[in-house]
Amino acid sequence: MDMNVPKKKLSLKEKYSHMTRGLDWEPSYQSKDDVYPYAKYEGIKIHDWDKWEDPFRLTMDAYWKYQAEKERKLYAIIDAYAQNNGHLSVTDARYINTVKLFLTGVSPLEYMAHRGFAHVGRQLPGAGPRVACLMQSIDEIRHAQTQVHSLSNYNKYYNGLHDFRHMHDRVWYLSVPKSFFDDAITAGPFEFMVAIGFSFEYVLTNLLFVPFVSGAAYNGDMGAMTFGFSAQSDEARHMTLGLEVIKFMLEQDPDNLPIVQRWIDKWAWRGTRVLTLVAMMMDYMLPKRIMSWKEAWEVYFEENGGALFKDLARYGITMPKCIEDITKEKEHLSHQAWATFYNYGAAAAFHTWTPDEDEMNWLSEKYPDSFDKYYRPRLEYWRDEAAKGNRFYNKTLPMLCQVCQIPMLFTEPGDPTKICYREAQYKDDKYHFCSDHCKEIFEHEPEKYIQSWLPVHQIYQGNCFPEGTDPTAEGFDPLAAVLAYYHMNFGRDNLDFEGSEDQKNFDAWRGVATSND
Amino acid sequence: MSNVFLALQANEETRAIIEAITEDNPHAVVHPSPAMVKIDAEGSLTVRRETIEALIGRSFDLQELHINLISLSGHIDETDDELTLHWNA
Repeated sequence: MDMNVPKKKLSLKEKYSHMTRGLDWEPSYQSKDDVYPYAKYEGIKIHDWDKWEDPFRLTMDAYWKYQAEKERKLYAIIDAYAQNNGHLSVTDARYINTVKLFLTGVSPLEYMAHRGFAHVGRQLPGAGPRVACLMQSIDEIRHAQTQVHSLSNYNKYYNGLHDFRHMHDRVWYLSVPKSFFDDAITAGPFEFMVAIGFSFEYVLTNLLFVPFVSGAAYNGDMGAMTFGFSAQSDEARHMTLGLEVIKFMLEQDPDNLPIVQRWIDKWAWRGTRVLTLVAMMMDYMLPKRIMSWKEAWEVYFEENGGALFKDLARYGITMPKCIEDITKEKEHLSHQAWATFYNYGAAAAFHTWTPDEDEMNWLSEKYPDSFDKYYRPRLEYWRDEAAKGNRFYNKTLPMLCQVCQIPMLFTEPGDPTKICYREAQYKDDKYHFCSDHCKEIFEHEPEKYIQSWLPVHQIYQGNCFPEGTDPTAEGFDPLAAVLAYYHMNFGRDNLDFEGSEDQKNFDAWRGVATSND
Repeated sequence: MSNVFLALQANEETRAIIEAITEDNPHAVVHPSPAMVKIDAEGSLTVRRETIEALIGRSFDLQELHINLISLSGHIDETDDELTLHWNA
């Protein structure tokens, strides 16, 4: 970078101190509790907000300078990628389905993170964390915007990207990431910081961004690679904030430990459940694979998360209990998720397919203990049936977990042949769960989770049809009505990749791009 | 002692930074992957401003690292001259 660095007048430490302290004031005609109404009800005790320190010591002036530099780099590449028909340089058109999943499932969460950090930045009484939350809030809206800008280029050519915001609030599988974030943002400010700042940003974000961004790079998607890296460059700061907030709470008062531990246990599980979508993307949706989900989990959770929890042990924090089950699940997660999307390929805004022979061999190699035994035969059966003209589409709706909202697709820890079901009675109703951990989360806060907007329940209650639909009319087609409500175009956005408009167009355009015809 | 790590985009700006890190941290292990580099180091890892400046031939503000940083782990301590990542256990 060609940047002239002027001689500094203040050291980094002095500058940080001047730019983050003494900016607030003691209210005189309102009580502090009225100014910060959410600061105490979660039970977290803070005695001295000035003990808060951002280890990067980033101040607003430096923030703007470096963010502007990132934006200039990003938009230069987005423009070049679009001007150069970059979309035709991806490995094959199946790759674009990962982009569809990202735009509909992840980008709206960036926007919610922006809102969440703006809210928390307002509600935390200390000036240091308020500055850090402000920066993160601005980062997150930047991520939402740059993702929408980068991916809008694909919307000019491919199906399923035309109404991502509308879909995010309605589509059955998108309720999984949406409800995750809604859950976090409706918690108190300290729980939000543990949920998103620590559990998601620190412990799990590497599993989302590093494989996704490396995957984009491997598959020739310079646009996604660039926004990914640009977003990720903010992520290191977010992770630092997440870790800082945990240390800060634990150092402030010993009574905070059990509250923080419960949140870590809850959000490690909630976050990992959401990452099911990433597991499936890595193992099944990237035409050129980077690493398996299992390998990514081992590097970024077991190794790195292990080091983190070992370090936090001095505060009395222990590894979340759910990790034992997640470790068992890593052999199965992606296969079970992809099978579910293959089943429901008529109701998804992206295409599904069976892996080809080479890809199945890769999966066997990466999952020697599970793939051939449990998953390959089923995929081969579906592939052979599809070749005979019997592509299988499941038309009955699945039962959903009340907490994570994922269809009951997971198996018992330790027995991959048996679906895991749990249930609980609360007041007059029975509730269903995918696991002991989701059940436990529900039982601790039932009044929150009985309000879940579960897509399957909503469809059965008649709330997911376009206005004016008469479900009692002769020949009523519920799937068609639900897709219309989702703004999905039947036959274009959904169904198998084989024979899709995306497949045909990509082949035709790439042919034009590489020949003189 | 656990590993800390620093992941950087692989580009013209980080070439010298990575070189400086390996020079200052002989125990660090560099793992290149598509478009990025992950540097693992047992216990701690230090990025020194002066080493980078000697390699690039201009003054360098350690906060410029933010432009090309992808991810990291460990506790951070940053001053004008050094950025250190470390675990306490």
